[in-house]
Parts: sequence; C-alpha cells; structure tokens
Amino acid sequence: MRGLRRRELWAGLAFVSPWVVGLGVFLIYPIVASLYYSFCDYSVLERARPIGLANYIDLAKDSVFWKSLFNTLFYAALAVPLGLGLALALALLLNSGVRGLTVYRTIFFLPALMPMVALAVLWLWIFNGEYGVLNVALARLGIHAPAWLTDPAWSKPALVLLSMWGVGQAMVIFLAGLQDVPEHLYEAADLDGASWWDKIRHVTLPMISPVILFNGIMGIIGSLQFFAIPYIMTPNGQPARSAYFYAMYLYDNAFLYLRMGYASAMAWILFILIFCLTLVSLRLAARYVHYEAAP
Amino acid sequence: MRAKGPLSHTALHMILLGGSFLFLFPLFWMLSTSLKPIEETMLTPPQWIPSALHFDNYLKAVTHGSEILGYIPFLEYGKNTLLLCALGVVGTVISNALIAYGFARLRWPGRNIFFGITLATMMIPFPVLMVPMFVLFRELGWVGTFRPLWIPAWFGSAFNIFLLRQFFLTIPRELSDAAVVDGCSEFQVFRHVILPLSRPALSVVALFYFLFTWNDFLGPLIYLTDQRMFTLSLGLQFYQSQHGGTEWHLLMAAATIVVLPIIVLFFFTQRTFIQGIALTGMKG
Repeated sequence: MRGLRRRELWAGLAFVSPWVVGLGVFLIYPIVASLYYSFCDYSVLERARPIGLANYIDLAKDSVFWKSLFNTLFYAALAVPLGLGLALALALLLNSGVRGLTVYRTIFFLPALMPMVALAVLWLWIFNGEYGVLNVALARLGIHAPAWLTDPAWSKPALVLLSMWGVGQAMVIFLAGLQDVPEHLYEAADLDGASWWDKIRHVTLPMISPVILFNGIMGIIGSLQFFAIPYIMTPNGQPARSAYFYAMYLYDNAFLYLRMGYASAMAWILFILIFCLTLVSLRLAARYVHYEAAP
Repeated sequence: MRAKGPLSHTALHMILLGGSFLFLFPLFWMLSTSLKPIEETMLTPPQWIPSALHFDNYLKAVTHGSEILGYIPFLEYGKNTLLLCALGVVGTVISNALIAYGFARLRWPGRNIFFGITLATMMIPFPVLMVPMFVLFRELGWVGTFRPLWIPAWFGSAFNIFLLRQFFLTIPRELSDAAVVDGCSEFQVFRHVILPLSRPALSVVALFYFLFTWNDFLGPLIYLTDQRMFTLSLGLQFYQSQHGGTEWHLLMAAATIVVLPIIVLFFFTQRTFIQGIALTGMKG
C-alpha cells in the first residue's frame, strides 16, 4: 500500500508538472506583477517606479476613461440581454419539433464561427454609407436609415445589431439545455391543461435557468472585453469617441502610449467590475435559478 | 412533441426561413461582392448577383500591391497561421491530457487545493495578464517571434484541464486498475487505456484550440512586428487598413479566404463541434 501511494505521488506530480510551470509563469506571476505595476509608473523602457495610488487617482479624473467605461456598459447593457433573448427565442423555435432542425441550427450557428476580423470587415461593407446593402434594403422598406458607423448616436447601436448575428453559440448551448428537459414534465403539465405559455413559464424557463445564468455571465464577461471588432470598424472609437471601448483604451495605454502601469490599473478595475457583476448575477440567480437535485 | 408552440408548422417554418435568410445574407453578400468587377460593387440599386464570376479577384487579393510596403503576402499569412495552429493544437492536446490525468486518476496530497486554484484562475480576464506577459516575453527576446503565440499552449490551460478531467473521471476505474495489475506503468495506462477512450473529448479540445488560434487577433497584434510573419486575421486587418474603403470586391475576396477554411472545417466536424459547445455550456 505504501509503495502504491508513493508511486501515485511521484506519478501525479510528473503528470501535472507542465501545469506547475504554466500556472506559475503564465498566470500567478502575471497576476502578481500586474497588481504591482498598477501601483507603478512603468513604460517598459525604464524600470517600474512605485507611485502608490496615483494611477487609480488619475483614472478617476480621466474623462476618456469614464467615456470608454460608459460606452462599454452601454454596449453590454444592450447586447447581453438582447443577445440572450434572441438566442433563447431561436432555440425555443428549433426545439418545438420542427423538421429540419439540424439544417436550421447550422444556418444560425454559422456566423458565430466567423473570425472577428473577417466579421468586422464584412460589416464595414454592409454598413457602408454610400453603397452599404443594409441602408439600400431599409430604404426599400421606406425606412430612412442613419449613417450607422459615422453617426455618434448610432455607432454603438450598429455594433449591438452586428453582435446579434453571432448569437449562434449561445443558441446551441440553450438548445442542448432544452433537449435535457425531461419529457414527462411537459406530459404532466398537459394533463393539468397547461397552455403553451404556462409550460414555457413554469416548466421550460425554470428547468433551463442555470443555462440562462451561464450564457448571461459569459455574455457579460465577453462584452466588457469587446475589442477586435471596434478596433477595426471604429478605429480610435470614432466618431467622436462614441465607439471607444474600455479594452481599446487599455490596449492604447499599454502599447501605444507605453503607460503600462496605468493600463494595469485599468485591467484591475475591469477584473473587479467583472467579479462584482458575476457575484450580482449569482446572487440574483440564487433567487430564481432552479437546480435539479443531484441524483 | 416538446412544449409545442401556438404556431402552426407553416408559420414556424416561415419564421425560421426568414431568420435563415437574415443570418445567411451577409455571407452571401460577402461571396457575391468578392466575385464582382469593381463597377458592380458601386451600383444603386445593388447588383445582387455578379454578371460574370470574377475569380481573378482572389488572385488579385492575395498578390495585391501596396504602394508603401510592397505586396501583402496572403499565402505566407496562411502558412504562418497553419504553423501556429499545428504547434498550438499538438501542445494543447498533449499537455492538457497529461495534466488532467494527474488530477483525475492519481491521488496525491495537495491535489484538490491545486485543482481549486486552477479553477479560480479561469475568472481572470486576459487584460490583467496582458501587460506582464508582454514584459516577460520582451525580456526573453520573444517579441517579434511566433513563440509567445504557441509555447504557452504546451503548459496547459485551466479550462481544458477542467474539461478533460471531467471526461477522464467517467472512465471506469477497473480498466486502469486491471492494467496496473498487468504491470503497466502509470504512463502506459494513460497512453494505452485512457487516451484511446478519450477521442471525443480530445478532439473537442483540439478543434476549439485550432479555431481560437485561427481567429485570434489580439495576440498577433501584440507580439508580431514583422509584416511577413502576420497571421491571416492580422493580415486581413492590415490589408483593410491599406486598401479599405474603395476596393470592396478585393477586400471581400480576402475576407472569404480567411473564413472559408473555417466553414469547410465546420462541415466536416459538425458533430464534434455542436457536442463540444453543448459540453462547454454544461459546466454552468
């Protein structure tokens, strides 16, 4: 027995040894260093110089920081709930026993596969003010459309609209959740004479509430780090910084202005924000989310 | 049928077909524009289908001249991207399988605490790690090389460790115990009992990592400085910043080149894909 234990200890450590290095070098060290840099003046070219809370105090007075934070929260507040709603609606339609489920699922999922850069380039063309196909189509319907990406009032809604095209991933996760709802619950509801809406409200939604929570948290985490698409579609957050997002300002501080300490302070504020929003979601969830008792 | 809706089957199909049209149209438009002569990209009302299929747009897009920097070498970008994908996928599968085995099948003191720390690191957003990683790779002299983009993959990642560990736990213990009694070493058990049974989970990990590398923009943007070493994603953005705004037909051809391999890959691996995504959702 002793020998077996020994053997397992050494084997165990040997198997996880890549991760000892990976965790230490690519996670723990960067986390500690990032926290230290956030209290430093650091340009990479010179040694980091501790300056206490100065980065955080400067951020509080930095109007661009607040602007980028506002833009990001505005985007997330629209894109996350609308995306969840659309993904869930599509999943419910597909789960209603329709024929050709796999074909429709493939179609709705396809855009979610697009590399961000290709997606951004394609939608630049679709939103184009002169020859963009979107406004031509809207004009046909008698809608006078805005100049999307060049109008400060419409640049963020344009990016929200674009994000709706990528809900396929969340939809597939919802669909998997819906297919796990036991059939007998619906049969029982039928016996009680429940309408379609009753079944959605009292069977489907409670049963898939953990999946809604998961997709919601993933959506929040993703949209607060929104970067590649606006970096390409609205460079420098133009027009009028209306599409300048938090991660863009963070990137610019780090790699354009070489203010690594300032960027690190922004990264920690972002982390704390994500952490708090996740906690709030989980607290809300404790009230509404239904977990099936483990078998 | 499950929760059958108030809609008739016809109405349901009408809605789904309408939705399908909206989801497919941008892709159709990309393809259609990529095959047009330049005049036809600037018509109002738009020319929906090109009058003739100009496949030479693709050739132009991959060999297009740039006044400032010479031509933009898309074929090399393709090679760079495939190289990074290959190095990363192999490293990710090997390292995460080994690590997950250590967590799932072997008992050693401190294992659960170590695994707990591993899970907790999944909460850390990339921007927190971004600056110190850059500093570290700069010290090592790796900035401007491919190394920062594939070497970390050989040291495991929390999410994949979690995914594979869950899978390994479902493999009956009797199988590996029998192999140990037969005199197999721990590594032989891993190699000849566990790995062959874990194909589905390993292919999910490989596929997702391939996709991540193919699509990654921020990593190459930070670490690649030499224009000839760009990946397809970074190259497309570079191309757009050089030629964007006028030659939409060539830009759409370039975008199609970046997208098409992913779509083809998806059609060949659809089941793995859909199962994999459903699997990642299950941890919630």
